[in-house]
Amino acid sequence: MLLRIFPVVRFAVGFLSKIFGGSQPPSSPVEGGVRLARRSAGFSHFTRTILCPDGQKVLDLGPTSSSNINFITGLGHKIYNEDVLIAATDSRLLIPGPEEGSTVVDVERFLAEDLQYESESFDAVLLWDVCDYLPESLVKPVVERIYQITKPRGSLLAFFHTRDAGPETPYFRYHIKSEDMVELQQGPHFKLQRVFQNRHVEKLFHDFASLKFFIGRENMREVLLLR
Amino acid sequence: MDNYRADVAHIGKSVIIKGELSGSEDLYLDGEVEGSIDLKKNNLAIGPNGRVRANVYAREVVIHGQVNGNVTAVDKIDLKKSAQLIGDIKAQRIAIEDGAFFKGSVDICKGEPKAEAVGQAAHAVAAATPAPSVPAAAAPPLIEKK
Repeated sequence: MLLRIFPVVRFAVGFLSKIFGGSQPPSSPVEGGVRLARRSAGFSHFTRTILCPDGQKVLDLGPTSSSNINFITGLGHKIYNEDVLIAATDSRLLIPGPEEGSTVVDVERFLAEDLQYESESFDAVLLWDVCDYLPESLVKPVVERIYQITKPRGSLLAFFHTRDAGPETPYFRYHIKSEDMVELQQGPHFKLQRVFQNRHVEKLFHDFASLKFFIGRENMREVLLLR
Repeated sequence: MDNYRADVAHIGKSVIIKGELSGSEDLYLDGEVEGSIDLKKNNLAIGPNGRVRANVYAREVVIHGQVNGNVTAVDKIDLKKSAQLIGDIKAQRIAIEDGAFFKGSVDICKGEPKAEAVGQAAHAVAAATPAPSVPAAAAPPLIEKK
């Protein structure tokens, strides 16, 4: 009898909880060192682009992750790591802005010091959700530089928040868990700068040959681009 | 890290060395080195105060401080959470703690990696601009740059 009633009670509690704004089961990643695994269709497709041959060059533009290094090198590739967001928020890049007391990022200096690789160096680039957190003036130049250093037919994986994401949306580090799973770990505090519409994403990456959207979880969209 | 301090050579945090540093015993380095470090089959630990602007070759390298240069280890490279490494890594195994800053490339070698150009690249490192006080930027181009 109890077994029969239990699903009904559970459904009723869930239904009432939804109506009266009760909290949902914890599905959002937890703060601190805890990692929460998420299936990622975008990453799954990205992985397929780099499965073979060995010896490809992959650039990871997120925070350093030993999981990512192990995964990429485990495929027989060489990984390059550059935390673009840390570099972009370096206070030494700030110069006086047009208004008194304001500051802006020195784009020329950033590009002279960061993302400095030979043209068409990389077979694949992991951009994660960096674009959402970059200072406005750096978004376009960074994407242009990435295009320049990616090989023709090279792939790029980027994540973008949907418009449901609020300004206090935490910044996450992405750790590769398997060919179709990534783990999210709350990282240092960076403020979400903007939310791109799909057409903004298409415009931003208009130089790339193809672009494919995937619906992700946690108010995210995943985009796989081919140069 | 304490294991290193017990019976290894120790370079204190007030010591500054410019030139070629080589030896055949384990070394704990908490000072500054500019040039090259070649310990062949011995271990190197760079303490939290360590500031290295050199290419490094050792059996196992543990980094707590700042390194600006390429690091090659016969066995393992271990970047602790306070580590800041700008340069390329070559080793059979690597471990990177959350919070460590790393900018460069990673080569996992199946066999023993060669001590390529430790002395040779020292000139390039020595000629480079001073290490940044913040991890991000102003790093000398050590990885396949333009």
